[in-house]
Amino acid sequence: MAKLPGIDGRASTDLPVLNPLPRHFAASAVHKCGPDWYRLELRPWHGWLLLAAFVMVAAVAEAQSSAPLDRSPLATLYRWIPFIVWQNGNGFVLNLTISFFAMAIGTVLGAILGLLRVSLYMPVRGGSWFVTQFFRNSPWLVLLFCIMLLMPYEMSIGGKLVRIPDWMKAVIGFSLPIMANIAEIVRGAVQSIPTGQWESAESLAFSRRQTMWMIIFPQCIKRMIPPWMNWYAILTMSTPVASVLGVEESVYLAAQAMVAEDSRPELLGPFYGFLLVIFFLYCYPIAKWTMHLERKFEVNG
Amino acid sequence: MEAIIEWARTLYDETGINLVFIYESYERKRFAEGFLNTVELASICMFFSVVIGIVGAWAQGSRLWIVRNVVQGYIQVFRNTPPLIQILFFYFALGKGLERLGLIPTYDAGGWQQPVINNFGWAVISLSMVAGSFNVEIFRAGIDAVPTTTREAASALGYTRLKSYIHIVFPLAFRVCLPALNNNLVNLVKTTTYAYVIAVPEMLYTANQMWSDNVNVPEMMGSLFVVYVGLIGILVYMMHKWERNMRIPGFGQ
Amino acid sequence: MVSLKDVHKSFGNLKVLNGITFDVMKGEVVCVIGPSGSGKSTLIRCINALNPIDKGSIKVEGMEVHAPKVDKLQLRRKVGMVFQQYNLFPHKTAIQNVMMAPIHVLKQDKVEVEARARRLIKKVHLEGKEDSYPGELSGGQQQRVAIARSLAMNPEVMLFDEVTAALDPETVKEVLLTIRELAEDGMTCILVTHEMGFARELANHIYFTDRGVIVEHGPPKTFFTEAKDARTKEFLSQIL
Repeated sequence: MAKLPGIDGRASTDLPVLNPLPRHFAASAVHKCGPDWYRLELRPWHGWLLLAAFVMVAAVAEAQSSAPLDRSPLATLYRWIPFIVWQNGNGFVLNLTISFFAMAIGTVLGAILGLLRVSLYMPVRGGSWFVTQFFRNSPWLVLLFCIMLLMPYEMSIGGKLVRIPDWMKAVIGFSLPIMANIAEIVRGAVQSIPTGQWESAESLAFSRRQTMWMIIFPQCIKRMIPPWMNWYAILTMSTPVASVLGVEESVYLAAQAMVAEDSRPELLGPFYGFLLVIFFLYCYPIAKWTMHLERKFEVNG
Repeated sequence: MEAIIEWARTLYDETGINLVFIYESYERKRFAEGFLNTVELASICMFFSVVIGIVGAWAQGSRLWIVRNVVQGYIQVFRNTPPLIQILFFYFALGKGLERLGLIPTYDAGGWQQPVINNFGWAVISLSMVAGSFNVEIFRAGIDAVPTTTREAASALGYTRLKSYIHIVFPLAFRVCLPALNNNLVNLVKTTTYAYVIAVPEMLYTANQMWSDNVNVPEMMGSLFVVYVGLIGILVYMMHKWERNMRIPGFGQ
Repeated sequence: MVSLKDVHKSFGNLKVLNGITFDVMKGEVVCVIGPSGSGKSTLIRCINALNPIDKGSIKVEGMEVHAPKVDKLQLRRKVGMVFQQYNLFPHKTAIQNVMMAPIHVLKQDKVEVEARARRLIKKVHLEGKEDSYPGELSGGQQQRVAIARSLAMNPEVMLFDEVTAALDPETVKEVLLTIRELAEDGMTCILVTHEMGFARELANHIYFTDRGVIVEHGPPKTFFTEAKDARTKEFLSQIL
């Protein structure tokens, strides 16, 4: 059986020059710490394609259903859209709310965790590494289960009993893996600053804290924005997972709507298709903007 | 083995920490099955997603406009929609829809007709397609990293397009892709948990059933974390080792 | 002023400095030359405590650089360093680069520091470029801003680590001119350099290192013409 190079045999080449990697595969650790989604070449026609697919599926469902016109799948969907998208602040709006809060909390915690990772003290570095690895390697659904089942639904804060709604627990559940991934981005960005910067700061007698805050971190921020925005997109697309645990966001409400319509099978296509479309339409501008920012920062260096 | 079982039993007797999946043989079997299902699901998806990635990257270099754009469309759709909804769509909308249209053959599973593609199958299809869409981008970037001059040199030496792809382009491209590919495969293992929503008996689903039966949520949660983080940790470590081995001297870092 | 006694340093198994001993007097200009890998850069970085040493002692104005409890702030106020890669802070303008350290490290008054910074930028012949970012300046200009930045701390000794190696020949001249003016003003300078002409003209003393030891040294007059050691002769014959 042929040996697999690098596994049970020596790596078989000692190669000459390759083209420089496309930027997002380059040695920069910044790009190694998030999924390499950067080359999103979204064009408007992709959105139209998706819309067309959705319409096609719906049309097929329509053709199949023998119900009178006002109960046709598309009409039904149209009736339920307001419910699915913004019922009482739930629905798709809740997806976005969860994503904003989780991103905000995760970013702050992640920045702290990331800076701890480059601390001079070994136990701090090690502890931060462990926390980062733990939350990066846990499936998000398992984390969500854990937080939602194990957190009390009521907590006494300052003597008063405060009820913690489900969606808030979901926010906490999502902010943990985001924290870990942002920490990796921060660590990567700090480590990608050339050592010359550290040395010249040291030669000018800046303390380590001054160096970090005044010289290193400001240079990092630009580098961190595209991967940060990418994680926001990933987060938004993971929020439907909260529906498994009863949070009343868009997928949950869509399922409820279908049940209310007697669970007719021809509704499945249009309803789920609609959900796919709204998520696509939300993530598309974000991806486009991320690409634009990436190009802009690349040029200015 | 016996010693561990005894230890788990005494642990329960003394402290109330209920690791029932260790000391009871029925639960042990269930947990093991869940674990194996997860591993099976992840492995099959890994394989198919890599295949899709290779085929897709190859197709993206095609001369036909329609082929290129179909692949591009596929990538964009799968990368910008939530994986959970994709699984639901595949199983409920597509799967059940195709079944009703009679397009999915069934086989006799002892009295009732079982469709050939059951929920496990649809989970494989859905997850492979998502991971595959990322892999197409990754492999394409790897292929693009091989300079045209190298390819020209290959054809000047008489390699056909296919042969040069196999012997020259692919080995070079592969080393470039490896870090991103590993990242993607690790993500794949994490997304196997989404199969929970279509009742695939993978580890999370099994654990859920177990804690409903035995009312030991914290213990099951903890064990789940240990197993997942451990499994993924081992995978990350192996991938890292592999990357090290394949590293091209003097390139990249 | 600066005295090194029997300094040893290894990186893992590689012995880079193998017993270096010399003294630099106040106001002297000292050039360290030698082939690559001879330990010149490491030597200079050890003087500034950027690299720790394994054995021996380095004293700057009586202060032991590698003492366990050395006050690095005090040390760095006495010793200024300019690097081959300039290492300016890219997110600050030239004048901000020069002003940053005195304001934040020495906690001096902003108005005073700004006036001094402008004087220094004028001194390195870069008036008009105060508000440019490093990305907008040429290599030579950046290097001169780096020199001004180190001078802002009022050091007693300036270390130059192959500062012209990354520049093209025309810009090398501007930088050397600046260093010369500095030396003529009485600053103690230790340079690691390949610029033999400069060394010959300006140095008070030249040290030739090879493989971690000082092979030969002397004032430029005798060094270039009456080299005794075979290695020195070989090195000089290759470059002159």
